[in-house]
Amino acid sequence: MILDSKIPEGPLAEKWDKHKFNVKLVNPANKRKYEVIVVGTGLAGASAAATLGELGYNVKAFCFQDSPRRAHSIAAQGGINAAKNYQNDGDSVFRLFYDTIKGGDYRAREANVYRLAQVSVDIIDQCVAQGVPFAREYGGLLANRSFGGAQVSRTFYARGQTGQQLLLGAYSALNRQIAYGKVKMYPRTEMLDLVMVDGKARGIVVRNLITGKIESHSAHAVVLATGGYGNVFFLSTNAMGSNATAAWRAHKKGALFANPCFTQIHPTCIPVSGEYQSKLTLMSESLRNDGRVWVPKTVELAQRLRRGEIAINDIAEEDRDYYLERKYPAFGNLVPRDVASRNAKLVCDEGRGVGGSGLAVYLDFADAIKRDGQPAIAAKYGNLFEMYAKITDENPYEKPMRIYPAVHYTMGGLWVDYNLMTNIPGLYATGECNFSDHGANRLGASALMQGLADGYFVIPYTIGDYLAQMPYAKVSTDHPAFKEAEEAVIAKNQQLLSIKGTRTVDEFHKALGLLMWDYCGMARNAEGLQFAKQEIRKLRDEFWRDVKVTGVNEELNITLEKANRVADFLELGELMVDDALHRNESCGGHFREEYQTPENEALRDDENFAYVAAWEFTGVGNEPVLHKEDLKFENVKLTQRSYK
Amino acid sequence: MVTYPVKGISPDMSFLEMLDVLNEDLLLRGDEPIAFDHDCREGICGMCSLYINGRAHGPERGTTTCQLHMRHFKDGDTITIEPWRAAAFPVHRDLVVDRSAMDRIQQAGGYISVNTGGVPDANTIPIPKTIADKAFDAATCIQCGACVAACKNASAMLFLSAKVSQLAMLPQGKVEAKTRVENMLAQHDAEGFGACSNIGACAAECPVGISLDNIAMLNREYISAKATSENVA
Ligand SMILES: Cc1cc2nc3c(=O)[nH]c(=O)nc-3n(C[C@H](O)[C@H](O)[C@H](O)COP(=O)(O)OP(=O)(O)OC[C@H]3O[C@@H](n4cnc5c(N)ncnc54)[C@H](O)[C@@H]3O)c2cc1C
Repeated sequence: MILDSKIPEGPLAEKWDKHKFNVKLVNPANKRKYEVIVVGTGLAGASAAATLGELGYNVKAFCFQDSPRRAHSIAAQGGINAAKNYQNDGDSVFRLFYDTIKGGDYRAREANVYRLAQVSVDIIDQCVAQGVPFAREYGGLLANRSFGGAQVSRTFYARGQTGQQLLLGAYSALNRQIAYGKVKMYPRTEMLDLVMVDGKARGIVVRNLITGKIESHSAHAVVLATGGYGNVFFLSTNAMGSNATAAWRAHKKGALFANPCFTQIHPTCIPVSGEYQSKLTLMSESLRNDGRVWVPKTVELAQRLRRGEIAINDIAEEDRDYYLERKYPAFGNLVPRDVASRNAKLVCDEGRGVGGSGLAVYLDFADAIKRDGQPAIAAKYGNLFEMYAKITDENPYEKPMRIYPAVHYTMGGLWVDYNLMTNIPGLYATGECNFSDHGANRLGASALMQGLADGYFVIPYTIGDYLAQMPYAKVSTDHPAFKEAEEAVIAKNQQLLSIKGTRTVDEFHKALGLLMWDYCGMARNAEGLQFAKQEIRKLRDEFWRDVKVTGVNEELNITLEKANRVADFLELGELMVDDALHRNESCGGHFREEYQTPENEALRDDENFAYVAAWEFTGVGNEPVLHKEDLKFENVKLTQRSYK
Repeated sequence: MVTYPVKGISPDMSFLEMLDVLNEDLLLRGDEPIAFDHDCREGICGMCSLYINGRAHGPERGTTTCQLHMRHFKDGDTITIEPWRAAAFPVHRDLVVDRSAMDRIQQAGGYISVNTGGVPDANTIPIPKTIADKAFDAATCIQCGACVAACKNASAMLFLSAKVSQLAMLPQGKVEAKTRVENMLAQHDAEGFGACSNIGACAAECPVGISLDNIAMLNREYISAKATSENVA
């Protein structure tokens, strides 16, 4: 198989415009003859479904929540990047492109990232036109803040609820199309398989989560916008329902899965408080604009603090180690996420961590409150401070926050070409579900940008190019390919229900999560990864022998829903380990302990690993096949990332 | 009504984590777990609900059930949990209800009619900060349905008014303000939500603090629409 990224010819800055001119168009009157399925209604899915509806296509949209507005994009806090240069601080499309490529540690495609930076400016215009209430200055113009990995202020925000406001904008556009009858919405409906006819994606099989009914939907193209797979780790900042099932089942039908080991561990999350913990809560990176990260200078001080022998205020200023400011004077507390996370782990491993468990560092606002006053800080971060207080029962205006890294985002995902099409004709992947734009590490405020770029401004063009070459004729859901897929889904559900074992789905999920966190998390090494691979296989075997799923298929069955998702995580986890094991270098969020600089920074091997690793499924328990897409850098020079 | 004992509850657990513990226990005993809606567990997606000891989202003000922690209860307490109760919210199973009526109200006009592309540069529409902030406050409604559950008439007016005022305050939204308020109100009534009698239980129980001022604004918008419009069929 040859991976053709379909990157258009020509200079970087002209590729997208040229491509838009060259793609085939579907005549307005003919658009209504095509049906498109969009799975997922987060930023990536809702924006695509609404825009395709506006263009005249007939769209069916699906989500597993009870309303499209509840997709996990709603939880994004900090902001969205755009190269508007409203602050006149030297920003430009090229700078946003450059920061994103560098932040991703040179493992993303230049052409895709450049296009992302280009359309970023249109996103802000679109959202404002929809009524998204972004933060504003007193003069009435839009305000910006800074985010990690950038030295300009280009992040647009709506207090600490940017994702909510952007998604509600997309949801409103979606609602308008639902009202017009151009989009038919299927909430509480979970995709469980992809259906292919003559080698093309032609539909999906879903389960109605209220009645359990298994149904098929046919279309001319299928777009997966189903989010990330961070919940492989059980504990993450993702929503409880976030899952990999749609993408994974497409992978099992032939779609390649790219860079699965590139996961982002976010540095500022509320630490784990106990065994019962069901998820982790992010404290937005924007807090690092004003909060200073520190731990005690010595192990001894940290120990006494943990034992409660001294209080935080007993630690003199000179005994506090603001380690990010010390090691990275140029970026300070605003270094990229992978760097911040790794350093938090480092100081905790040294024994200098705080909190009861020693697995936390301080994020301190005392100086900012002294400088700007409490009301100013409350205006910027009020809801985050409240959330912190609710969860921990501590007041962050008086006491520094305790934070620790947690799984947050997955850069890996389904392999797509420049058109966002997977290697299966007619199957597209957008948003966090694809692998495309963030390389080995995503910069803050860039996922919202990518989701909306894909949905509003990329797929509406590129899907037309494909549809223009498709016959209007529909495939009936009575076609044997649909029946076969339905039967397989039903059989799998029956199998899960018939095991009647002794261990719950959550027990397996937690065990898998722990393996992934310990061996395929912030730091990895070959020995640990090999061990994890064997353990995951054992766990998967036990799952299929001993899992306990009660009830029947034909009802609202929360255990069966979870069991399907965890069954897929147990397979995906192994692929992540395989990928991490094969990549004998460190880059971005992938830190192999064997490959580091004397200063403990990630040591890339551009000679041997400047490629996208796209994996082909060959059966559960079989070794996957690796396909490489070489990355060519013509506009940036590959350098050792430095934030000093 | 069924009473279940739960053991091993830590004060730092969230209310839903307490239900997780109960469900794991039920499963291991071979019983079916209790179905309840939840997703982000950060108080923002609006998926969780639950009427706890006679209060929507439980005893803490300004808190969704997923952000309610067990430290607000005492060891040995009996806690009563019910689903949202409203004619417009049929129960699916256990604690899970159907809130799609709220989506249909949004579909009736909770948007500004712009297509993707071809819109002006964002900074060509300056909006005073005070107005932008107020619109933002209204826009933070999470559509959880607590206002409906708390209202003795099961009215969804607080939810509806939040959307109407957010868009009516902004210059971009003013164009369609009149048809919007009429269409959304018509859908509200068609869905079987009750009338608003201005008691304010909705705002008191709202987990994100949507203000009653929105209902006042809705009324003004509606009167002005009625006075001038040939808007609604
Ligand atoms: C707490 C938090 C804060 C964040 N803050 C920021 C930020 O400030 N800035 C930023 O840029 N990024 C941020 N991110 C990242 C960003 O929010 C996400 O990457 C992005 O929103 C993902 O959008 P999406 O549309 O791809 O997927 P999602 O929003 O996750 O949507 C997935 C959709 O797919 C549906 N779905 C999934 N599986 C199925 C299935 N099998 N069948 C049917 N439907 C299915 C779901 O119902 C949902 O509608 C944050 C992430 C988190 C978790």
